[in-house]
Amino acid sequence: MATTTGNPETGETTTKDGVRRRDFIEIAAVSVAGVGGLVMVYPLVSQMAPSADVLAASTTELDISTLEAGQAIVTEFRKQPVFVRRLTQAEIDEANAVPTGSLRDAESLEDRTQPGHEDVLVVMGVCTHLGCVPLGAVTGENKGEYNGYFCPCHGSHYDTAARIRKGPAPTNLLVPDYTFASDTTIVIG
Amino acid sequence: MSFPWAKEYQPANGFTKFLDERLPVPRLVYNAVGAGYPVPRNLSYFWNFGVLAGFCLMLQLVTGIVLAMHYAAETTVAFASVEHIMRNVNWGWMLRYAHANGASFFFLVIYIHIFRGLFYASYKPPREMIWLIGVVIFLLMMATAFMGYVLPWGQMSFWGAQVITGLFSAIPLVGESLQVWILGGYAPDNAALNRFFSLHYVLSFVIAGCVVLHIWALHIPGSSNPTGVEVKSESDTVPFHPYYTAKDGFGLGIFLLIYFAFVFFLPNVLGHPDNYIEANPLSTPALIVPEWYFYPFYAILRAFTFDFILPAKLWGVLAMFASILVWFFLPWLDKGPVRSGHYRPLFRKFFWFGLIPCMAMLFFLGGAPAAEPYVMLSQIATAYYFLHFLVILPIISSIERPDPLPYSITEAVLGSDKKAVLGENAEPVAT
Ligand code: HEM
Ligand code: FES
Repeated sequence: MATTTGNPETGETTTKDGVRRRDFIEIAAVSVAGVGGLVMVYPLVSQMAPSADVLAASTTELDISTLEAGQAIVTEFRKQPVFVRRLTQAEIDEANAVPTGSLRDAESLEDRTQPGHEDVLVVMGVCTHLGCVPLGAVTGENKGEYNGYFCPCHGSHYDTAARIRKGPAPTNLLVPDYTFASDTTIVIG
Repeated sequence: MSFPWAKEYQPANGFTKFLDERLPVPRLVYNAVGAGYPVPRNLSYFWNFGVLAGFCLMLQLVTGIVLAMHYAAETTVAFASVEHIMRNVNWGWMLRYAHANGASFFFLVIYIHIFRGLFYASYKPPREMIWLIGVVIFLLMMATAFMGYVLPWGQMSFWGAQVITGLFSAIPLVGESLQVWILGGYAPDNAALNRFFSLHYVLSFVIAGCVVLHIWALHIPGSSNPTGVEVKSESDTVPFHPYYTAKDGFGLGIFLLIYFAFVFFLPNVLGHPDNYIEANPLSTPALIVPEWYFYPFYAILRAFTFDFILPAKLWGVLAMFASILVWFFLPWLDKGPVRSGHYRPLFRKFFWFGLIPCMAMLFFLGGAPAAEPYVMLSQIATAYYFLHFLVILPIISSIERPDPLPYSITEAVLGSDKKAVLGENAEPVAT
C-alpha cells in the first residue's frame, strides 16, 4: 500500500495493482456473513437426526425359556421387529450343508450365533432390501424356497440361518448386538 | 413478451386506471389469459391439460388446507384423526375424498400433459426451459404425493414410508445414515410423520411457485400447436379470451363430471384397502404396492434382481431415478428438425408401437406381485424404456425424412394462406 492513486471523481483510492481499499471490507463482510450462514446450517441439518429419546430406547430383554425347537418369538428393538428362533437339528444341518463361499453374503451359522447357543438365531426382522418384515417367524407363514424367511415385498428368500439366497436383498438378515444374561434370557442392544 | 399484434390493455374506468399505474395486476391477467394473449388458432383438446393441472393444484391446496385444520400429525392419533375427519367433521368425508382422489386425477392430468409434450415434441427449441421446469414439477409432485400418503398412518402409509426411504439406504457408504437422518429414527415413527406433514404442506406451495416459472417461460415463445409450425402472422392466432377460456372451460366441465363421479360414487377404488388398517410396525401387508400413479417407476425399481458389478438393490434405485432424469436430456436426444409426430412417420411408429405399449406394460407390472412372469416382463419393458430414449430416438430422429409441413397454421386450418399466396410474407411457400 505504499503508493496509492486517488480517483478524484469518486474519492476511491486504488493501489497500483488495481486493489481498492474497500475490497478488504467487502471480502471481510461477505466472509463473516457466509461463515455465519454455514454455522446456522449445522443445527438445521442435525435436528433431522434421531432425537435423544429415540436413541435412548435401546435395550430389549427377552425370556426364551419356553421357546421350543422349531419355534420363533417376534419381539421389538428400536421399534423394529426381531426374530428369535430356536433351530431344529434338521435346520442346523441344512444351514451347515451349504458351502459359505457360494453365498452372496458369506457367513456360516456359527458366525451368526453365539458359542454354546448355536441353536438360537437372533436376527432383525427387517428385510435388507427395502425394509419390509419378512414372513416365516409365525407358524404357518410362507418360509420361502430355502425354508427360513420370505419377504413378499420384492421376493427375497432367506435360508434357515436367515442368509440371503435369492431375490434383490443384498445381505443376510442383520444379527443385532445381544448377550445371554443367563441361559434363558437374552438382552438385545 | 408477445406477438406484435397482441391487443394492448386499456383500463376501462378510473379505478382500473389508478390500479394500472400502481400495481398493474389487471394488465398482467389481460396479457396472460385474456384478450391480450394471442394463441395458435388450431390447438386441440390436448392443450387443455395445462389449465386442468393448474385447477387440480388449486383443488389440492384448498382441500388440503382445510384438512390440515382437523388432522393431527402424531402417530398415536393420526389414524384416528383421519377417521374423525371421515365421521365427525362436517363434510369431512367429502373434503378428504376430494383431496385423495384429487391427487389421482392430478397425476392423470399430468400424465396426459406429458404425453402431449412427448408426441408433439414440445420440448424442442425454443421451449426447452418450459419442459425442464415441468420435469422439476413432476419430481416435486411425486415427493409431495408420497409424503401425503404417509399422513393417514395406515398400513400402506407406514410400509410405503419404510420402502421408499429404504431406497436411500442403497447408496454406498452414506446410505444407511441418510435413511436414519431422513426418518429421524430407525424406522418410520413420530419424527418422520411430523416432518412429512411439514414438507407435504410446504412442497405444494413450492410447486405453485414452479408453475409460475413454467408459465412465465411458456409466455416467451407462446404455445406450440398440433402442426408444430411456429406462428407466422396474425391470421395464425386467436386471442386467448374468449376462444380458449371457452374451450378450457368446456374441458374443465368434462373433467369435473368424471372427477366427481369418482369422489361421490367410487371414492376408494383408486386407493388400497390396507390403508384403512392402522400402521403396524411388526407386520407387513402381503402385497405392498404404491398408489397407481407410481406403478411404472415401481416396476423399474423391482426389475433388477441380479448383481452386476453393483448390487441389484442399487441398480434398481439408480434405474428408477434415471427413468425420470432422462427426460431432462430429451430436448437434446431428439435431433429431428420437425416437432409434431403427425409429420414424423418413423418417430410416430416407434411412439405408438414402442414407447406407448412399453409404458402401458410398466403401469400394469408395477401393481403385479413380485413373481414370474412379471419380473421378467418388467426387465424387458425397463430395457426397452431406456433403449427408446437413449438409442432409438436419437437414431430415428437423425435419419428420418419428415413429411412436408404446411406453410403456416392458417394453411393447415383453411387449406390456403391468402397472405402467403399474395406474397406478404417474406419466406417462400413450401410445398
Ligand atoms: C401438490 C398438491 C398435493 C398433492 C399431490 C397431495 C396429495 C396427498 C395424498 C395422496 C394424500 C393421502 C390421501 C389419503 O390417502 O387419504 C394427502 C393427504 C393429506 N394432505 Fe395433501 N396433497 C397436496 C397438497 C396439500 C396441501 C396444500 C395441504 C395443506 C397443507 C395438504 C394436506 C394434507 C393432509 C392434512 C392430508 C392427510 C389427511 C388425509 O389423509 O386425508 N395437501 N395429500
Ligand atoms: S423389502 Fe424385502 S424384498 Fe424388497
